[in-house]
Amino acid sequence: MASHSQKSNFHTDRGRLIKDKVAQFSIFSGGVMVLAALLMIFFYLLYVVAPIFESASVTPRNEFTLPVGQKIVAAGMEEQTEIAYLLTQSGMMDFYHVKGLEFGKKINSSKINLSGKVTSFAQSAPHLGLYAYGFDNGEITLVHPKFEVSFPNDTRVITPGISYPIGDVNLLVDEHAQAIKDFAFSVDEGKISVLAQTQKNKIIFTVFTAEENFMTDEIEWIAQYGELDVEGRIDELLISPDGTRSFVRSANKVFIFNTRDIDNISLIQGLAANEENSNLVSSVLLAGANSLLFNNDNGEISQWFEVLTDQGREFTKVRTFNTADKNITAMFPEFYRRTFFTVNQEGDLGLYYTTSESILWLGKVANSAISHFAISPRSDAALVIAGNTVSLLDIVNEHPEVSWSGLWNEVWYEGYSEPGYTWQSTSASDDFESKFSLIPISFGTIKAAFYAMLFAVPIALSAAVYTAYFMSPQLRKVVKPTIEIMEALPTVILGFLAGLWLAPIFEEHLPAILILLFGLPLSMLATAFGWSKLPQSMRNSVPEGSHSLLLIPVVLLLGVFAFSMSPLVESLLFGGDVRQYLTNDLGLNFDQRNSLVVGIAMGFAVIPTIFTIAEDAVFSVPKHLTNGSLALGATQWQTLVKVVLLTASPGIFSAIMMGLGRAVGETMIVLMATGNTPIMDWSIFQGMRTLAANIAVEMPESEVGSSHYRILFLAAFVLFIFTFMFNTVAEFVRQRLREKYSSM
Amino acid sequence: MNNWFKSGSPWIWLTGGAVSISLISVIGLLALIAWRGLSFFWPSEVVQLELEVDGKQSIVIGEIYDRENVPTSRILATGADLGDYNEEFVERLLVKTGNREYVELDFRWILTTDIKSQSAPEEMAVFERSKNGNFYGYVEKVIENGQVHTTDKVEKLEELVERAVSLNEQALDLQNGAIGHINYELERARLKQRSYELNGELTQERIQEYEKFKAEQKAQYDTLEKALFKLRDQAKRDQVIVKDMRGEMVKIPLYQVLDFTFPNDMGFFSKLGQYFIQLGKFVSDDPREANTEGGVFPAIFGTVFMVMLMAVIVTPFGVVAAIYLHEYAAKNAVTKMIRIAVINLAGVPSIVYGVFGLGFFVYMLGGSLDQLFYPEALPGPTFGTPGVMWSALTLAILTLPVVIVSTEEGLSRIPSSIRQGSLALGATKAETLWRIIVPMASPAIMTGLILAVARAAGEVAPLMLVGVVKMAPTLPLDGNFPFMHLDRKFMHLGFHIYDVGFQSPNVEAARPLVYATAFLLVSVIIALNITAIGVRNHLREKFKVLEH
Repeated sequence: MASHSQKSNFHTDRGRLIKDKVAQFSIFSGGVMVLAALLMIFFYLLYVVAPIFESASVTPRNEFTLPVGQKIVAAGMEEQTEIAYLLTQSGMMDFYHVKGLEFGKKINSSKINLSGKVTSFAQSAPHLGLYAYGFDNGEITLVHPKFEVSFPNDTRVITPGISYPIGDVNLLVDEHAQAIKDFAFSVDEGKISVLAQTQKNKIIFTVFTAEENFMTDEIEWIAQYGELDVEGRIDELLISPDGTRSFVRSANKVFIFNTRDIDNISLIQGLAANEENSNLVSSVLLAGANSLLFNNDNGEISQWFEVLTDQGREFTKVRTFNTADKNITAMFPEFYRRTFFTVNQEGDLGLYYTTSESILWLGKVANSAISHFAISPRSDAALVIAGNTVSLLDIVNEHPEVSWSGLWNEVWYEGYSEPGYTWQSTSASDDFESKFSLIPISFGTIKAAFYAMLFAVPIALSAAVYTAYFMSPQLRKVVKPTIEIMEALPTVILGFLAGLWLAPIFEEHLPAILILLFGLPLSMLATAFGWSKLPQSMRNSVPEGSHSLLLIPVVLLLGVFAFSMSPLVESLLFGGDVRQYLTNDLGLNFDQRNSLVVGIAMGFAVIPTIFTIAEDAVFSVPKHLTNGSLALGATQWQTLVKVVLLTASPGIFSAIMMGLGRAVGETMIVLMATGNTPIMDWSIFQGMRTLAANIAVEMPESEVGSSHYRILFLAAFVLFIFTFMFNTVAEFVRQRLREKYSSM
Repeated sequence: MNNWFKSGSPWIWLTGGAVSISLISVIGLLALIAWRGLSFFWPSEVVQLELEVDGKQSIVIGEIYDRENVPTSRILATGADLGDYNEEFVERLLVKTGNREYVELDFRWILTTDIKSQSAPEEMAVFERSKNGNFYGYVEKVIENGQVHTTDKVEKLEELVERAVSLNEQALDLQNGAIGHINYELERARLKQRSYELNGELTQERIQEYEKFKAEQKAQYDTLEKALFKLRDQAKRDQVIVKDMRGEMVKIPLYQVLDFTFPNDMGFFSKLGQYFIQLGKFVSDDPREANTEGGVFPAIFGTVFMVMLMAVIVTPFGVVAAIYLHEYAAKNAVTKMIRIAVINLAGVPSIVYGVFGLGFFVYMLGGSLDQLFYPEALPGPTFGTPGVMWSALTLAILTLPVVIVSTEEGLSRIPSSIRQGSLALGATKAETLWRIIVPMASPAIMTGLILAVARAAGEVAPLMLVGVVKMAPTLPLDGNFPFMHLDRKFMHLGFHIYDVGFQSPNVEAARPLVYATAFLLVSVIIALNITAIGVRNHLREKFKVLEH
């Protein structure tokens, strides 16, 4: 290119310079990208986790006014919150638009077929969406709103109407045909249970069962009649959705009946449910119908559910909310979750979550006393009627069941006899309450890591010290990569061997493990002692620094010895069966896949990590330090302990930190080598569930965006932060050490 | 003695013992996997045991899988009657009896005290079947197209099994090849139609075209289907009658038989031949019977494909980052932070990458991709579901530090005199890098890549979230346009081990297969690692020479 002119040279130079700059810039961005990747993981996890700690919000969407003179008995909403409906005393079901431009416009008005004079009205548990009118002739009729969805021209159209769930027939609740003054009912798999008050102090209980008439194929409802014994005035009637429990409130007393079997109705419990110096105002069954909520006139709301006590299962007061609002008139549960709403005479709304004991939202939503309230099926909107004004509220309350304190503190769940740390995320039933306590799985993580480190640290560190300080260079060249190859072993294989090979062996040969635990160090010491008594000439024939080679046959022999002696020891010391001995004599439960197996398998995975870093740290201790010490007359061992280990201690520390980081986050080994039960028990013969294994087990089946999904992300975030701290500290310490060595 | 303790020598021995324990564990572990994994393919003897339990005579035929000594007291505690046997221990055998559809359990424990006699008849046949596992028994009759053969049974059977196997293969080829292709094309046409519809470009012409195409394909499909059914019918022609251990004559249709052998009649060399045939089948066949039998070919293919994809992604980024850190980075806070990031990326638990990959790649990126480019398939996800591309990307981040660290080490071994020489001759920094440094560091880059591949091949936890499945109906690479299907789910050797070993209904039957799979995986990974170490050592030697 020498023949080129000066000018073109200048251009190529510029081109080269530009290329150089471009390369520099792109390489710089490539480098920064690593940092960006880490930050992205951090912020993405945070981004997914954050919504669970957001507080609930209630915002009014719009309102409309009702014509005067209607007596509303109930209100409700369809699932998309596009249509609201109101039921009147006179048996009309009116449907209104509550979305878009036509807000407040009446769509249609359907007349419910009523066959008598209406004397009472009741509604079922909210998720069933059933309503019933009671008549003066002892009959009731069931009705529910029906929404038909169609897609003409690719747009969704919802057409409301009414339907009769059991057909257009009335059920005769009172065989004496007396007026129904008040009643409660439930519908469950072809069984309708009705609890009704007909006269003063008279409570009847009637069960209707569906039977198919084999002649006409029609469903007939066969009634059975019963009666409940209650004294005093009757204020409220409640019945559980499956009809097995009936509750009658009389002033401050609540009577609970077992109505599972109509021929054998029994009073289970009569309790004084009011708080001190106050009276009950209202009561309601929480979603899932295991809990009763009572509202007192001093502003306290108490939750009661069945708890196993000395007298069997009894309703017990579990918690109280002190709302400081003495005017609360009624409480409304959500469809599936344990959230409930309160309304009062001033138009205030309260939003609470029972299990996490949190007050989610408080505020004014109407100008006068709220007479009716209805929550939408998806719990994202509510209808409030105060006077003649109907207002629609948008509610954002995605994760009420999660709170920081609930994740880390003891929580008393329904059906449990005491507060505890529980992790139980899924179940088949709809109204199941997920139990998210991170304590048991964090505990499991720490337990697994602890046993792994207990096994790994002594072996890895001793091996590192020996390899770096005593071993002959030729041997070291072979031994070091051999141990390091362990790091490359996939953990799924370690886990598989631990679960399917090691665990059964341990179960069969527990005494052998015991023998090995004591026998190994003792046999090594014995060999050492024997060796020191051998004549000098023999000892010299073996090169210095090959103790470990000499010990290999000893260890192998001891292994064979231990396993062959195991049955003998078992019958001598443990009466023939160690597992029975453990359970009966020591009271220890024994899992086949236990912490011992995990500790050893995971210790195995951790040994090479610790070994490599610690060995490097010991090996790079400057030679003049050790030579100086030896020259001053210290023995090899003294030099090691007083000089080498002291100098290398930061490196050893960082090795342990790195190992701990790996043990905390290891997934496959724990997943395969334990039973993955989230229990809290330090016993070495029991399993555990760790954060990482928990994610691996539950993540694929969790619904995107649900509380469960976000809590699993939180678990990942916790792991991330844990290991970030371990690794960063370890790296800092190592860098400091490297600088120290280079200045020596 | 006291002096001896003071000298510290016992403690030195103890530390030496730790090395011995580590070495024994590593080598023992590898030997265990190798032994269990490799012995699986060896045709084992099939024994006939005559038993007498509680006075009742019975015959058990099967392979002896395992034997162990159990305290006699424990056996007595289960209510078994051992007669006048009064030793401390009693031996029992685990026998694989096969014939799964005729016995309750195809594995059973048998006490040696119950065995009256044991023999290994030469005419004992083992049938490997596509359903219900192995069948053990004596060949009694061979039925060819309704015609019964009782002489030259073995030769006839060989011929007929070969015929049935080849017919089955043809049928399978037809099903997966031509018929699969038609289904794929139909689905593509449907999606295209749907996308026209969404864009409002659906004209009458296009509808007709589509209907015509559908009709054509349907016609083709019908002829192929006829051919397929014909092949299957032909394969069903022959049967073999086998006498099983209950003494009953069992008719086995030959289309279910994959192979049959007479292991007791084999010499060492024919056993060796059989061994390699089995080994070959293991790496080239598809799994059968919920993965507990057959081969692991799709898992091998999936692992290799995903790992290669990952290598393509991780190499450029890793190398650029390493070059930045070693050649460009000034000693400042940013560099320090990047170094900490590298260390942390290496230390973050792999499951966290899985969670990140699932949320970020699959749901966020994949979901957006679907919205933008595949609206016609919605609500069915295309990329918004775990798949091989997301797995490769997730593992690329996971293995990034491996490539960086290794490349940087290689760069640091190149003497600075070489850089200075190049710069002094007027080359720019970029030219020096591109022409001199990177070529010299290429073995180190290679090392990093191999290590990354080895790491990725063994990683299972994150893959469980971002794309691995126990059974993938199709490979991510096939003859249908566009040939590479990055959105598909795939099978993976590591996950196969977990799934078959822990999730399969018949763990006992599947265990040998898991060992074989484990051995395959371990040997690949160890081989990769040893190669990497070799390349690195070679490089070190080379630059040592340069320095002097």
